[in-house]
Amino acid sequence: MGEHVKNVKMVKIYIMGKEYEVPEGLTIMKAMEYAGYRFIRGIGCRGGFCGACSTIYRMKNDYRLYTGLACQTTVQDGMYLVQIPFTPAEKPKYNVDELKPTGTTILSIFPEIARCVACNACTKACPQNLQVMDAIQAIKRGDLAKAAELCFDCISCGLCTIRCPAEIIHYHAFQLVRRLYGKYIAKKAKHLEERVKEILQGKYDEELEKLAKMTIDEWKKLYEERDIEK
Amino acid sequence: MSQKVGYPDYMKELIKKVEETRERRLEETFRRLKPEEKEELLRKWHPDYRPEGKRPLKIGPSRGLKVPHEVADLIEAYPLINPDEIDLSKVDYEADILIIGGGGAAASAALWANNSGIPAENILIATKLRFGDANTKMAQGGIQAADRPEDSPTRHFIDIMGGGHFANDPELVKALVRDAPFIIKWLEDMGVMFDKDEEGNMMELSGGGTSRRRLHACKDYTGLEIMRVLMDEVWNRGIRILEFSPAVELLTDENGERVTGAVLWNLETKEYYIARGKAVILATGGFGRLHIQNFPTTNHYGATMDGVVMAYRVGAKLRDLDSTQYHPTGAAYPEQIVGLLITEKCRGLGAQLVNIDGEQFIYPLEARDVVASAIIRECYGRDKGIVTPTGMRGVWLDMPMIEIIHGEGTIKRYLAAINRMFTRFGIDPTKEPVLVFPTLHYMNGGICINVNAQVLNGEGNPIKGFFAAGETTGGVHGKNRLMGNSLLEVTVYGRRAGISAAKYVKNSEYGKISLNHVKRYEKMLIEAGIPRKRKAPMLLPEYRGEKVLSRAISLFPI
Repeated sequence: MGEHVKNVKMVKIYIMGKEYEVPEGLTIMKAMEYAGYRFIRGIGCRGGFCGACSTIYRMKNDYRLYTGLACQTTVQDGMYLVQIPFTPAEKPKYNVDELKPTGTTILSIFPEIARCVACNACTKACPQNLQVMDAIQAIKRGDLAKAAELCFDCISCGLCTIRCPAEIIHYHAFQLVRRLYGKYIAKKAKHLEERVKEILQGKYDEELEKLAKMTIDEWKKLYEERDIEK
Repeated sequence: MSQKVGYPDYMKELIKKVEETRERRLEETFRRLKPEEKEELLRKWHPDYRPEGKRPLKIGPSRGLKVPHEVADLIEAYPLINPDEIDLSKVDYEADILIIGGGGAAASAALWANNSGIPAENILIATKLRFGDANTKMAQGGIQAADRPEDSPTRHFIDIMGGGHFANDPELVKALVRDAPFIIKWLEDMGVMFDKDEEGNMMELSGGGTSRRRLHACKDYTGLEIMRVLMDEVWNRGIRILEFSPAVELLTDENGERVTGAVLWNLETKEYYIARGKAVILATGGFGRLHIQNFPTTNHYGATMDGVVMAYRVGAKLRDLDSTQYHPTGAAYPEQIVGLLITEKCRGLGAQLVNIDGEQFIYPLEARDVVASAIIRECYGRDKGIVTPTGMRGVWLDMPMIEIIHGEGTIKRYLAAINRMFTRFGIDPTKEPVLVFPTLHYMNGGICINVNAQVLNGEGNPIKGFFAAGETTGGVHGKNRLMGNSLLEVTVYGRRAGISAAKYVKNSEYGKISLNHVKRYEKMLIEAGIPRKRKAPMLLPEYRGEKVLSRAISLFPI
């Protein structure tokens, strides 16, 4: 909802260099809206899950460039900021059914990974605080399980990719790593396969058919009488 | 760059009460409510039961259906476009199957249309923001499927019917529970990284109202993990995607009997496009951004119910829109994250809901509407809530219990998103409880469909060429959805829509395109005396500051 902030201390922020006064305590996203921006780009879930609102900023008297998600970062007095609404990066096409779960597979599709100089700029840029460089190094070692674990919380915001001097497209590579792990390295759930088979054989058809035709009172009775697993 | 907030001193004092009772509560199970107690609690405290919040629809196939004012204001509204100003003689995009929307249902539909023999280049996904910008990505806790030996699809069926107050369409529920294990297998085969033990068994938890542990999760990024795999696969196959181009109106043949395309609007260049499809699949999601009864929401920026508005103009029947899901545990502190989702998985892992005295007041895994009502009662009926510095009320969700029950590190490992969300603001959920209050989460009702995902008209017959799936539809969840059944719904019914549409287009040509149905709807609006200023679909919510809005003028000519 619109911000109904009264008697709140105001802070000065600089949106692409232009000064605006906004209430303190707002997220960068809400502060920009307060200032009058209506977003089309640089916005998505507003909850830290989609990576659409990558933002870079600097503070007064501080040479460092900071990164954050506009929906998860609070404005501070003297913040100079700009959103990165898009990361230009081609997503290579592949057929996971035809791939082998090895580091070589990933390097053949994303050869620039071999150029990693271990500068750690990616890790520093990650708004999720992931060990991005370690994940890249794990791919180089062929340890896909480790890489998949390290990159699991990636939201594809692209900030690492923008900062990388080796021009690696981390988030696309990570997607492939996770799929290969999930498909080939993690063990399959046998109970799942079993159940799918039973259903295809029609094991539950008759009972489901009967259930679907019951009256509300019959459903109620079954519902109230059902045992509940701890 | 850190900007930690943490709890103010007075809240830290209150947390001591929670800590004092924790050891005792670890042994304590709050009793489940009897059916009549649940009914009473809902009637008195659930926002749906406030009669002043709703009104009956005045026009259309669902005339008389009571819906929230915010919904009625969009359904009883004039089109954004003037049908006479749209040039239908030039078609910009053509596809066998036109899919409107960009979330889990749209992606599943696209993949299964392709699996059913429709070439990737003959499938077009048109979506409002980026492909993948949808509530699917934000789902945290899990996806249900009865795949353990102790469980069965029939149990899943009964849990859903009871959770939905027996108002669900049993045929839709039957298809959902029957398809569920197959869908999990499909996702597993594509490489979705489900939480598993070393043997490969799914680690499954209970959700509110489930009688068996059947929630499959990928930490608390379940929706993100599923969505990004679906997206990757859509991209790999070369299915066409048109982003930042929401549909603003559907197209029908001259008699309005078949859906034949859509008018899209490029959000960036402001031009419209005519898109034609032999079949159209609507997968536009729900209505969180309408902020029903002024609640904050867990939903993504584009959740404005556009599909329901457009489908109703074509003559689709609606159902169960009188019921809205408020997720019991939205963040209530700090202010920056108010309304954001704190997954039910926390309660599945043992976190209890606790009032200002450090006492439980509800069994934590009752169905969502019941738990939400109990929290509202605790805060506003019994005055046992905790008041935040900005005047909001909430109750504690005792997160540290999870670490005690399942061992240190559980939160970081299995609730990484929640852990991250709070530590960003100086709160450590492994050591401190978090403050929660219900938040607008889900559109329980929506467009009527059958098991083949065909959209139904007022007489209950399928509208030709028209399919829908996901949150935009109603019937699967009745009056209240259970946790883990929305990720299941988007994949099950997205798939069904894709397969049905593929079958349909194999025997059909492109239809004629017109906006005649819109003109007819406009006439009904005028006759019903609907105020002219009301326009829909909403496309995006308005959050600009009041001062800016009061002085904003448009100077550029079009």
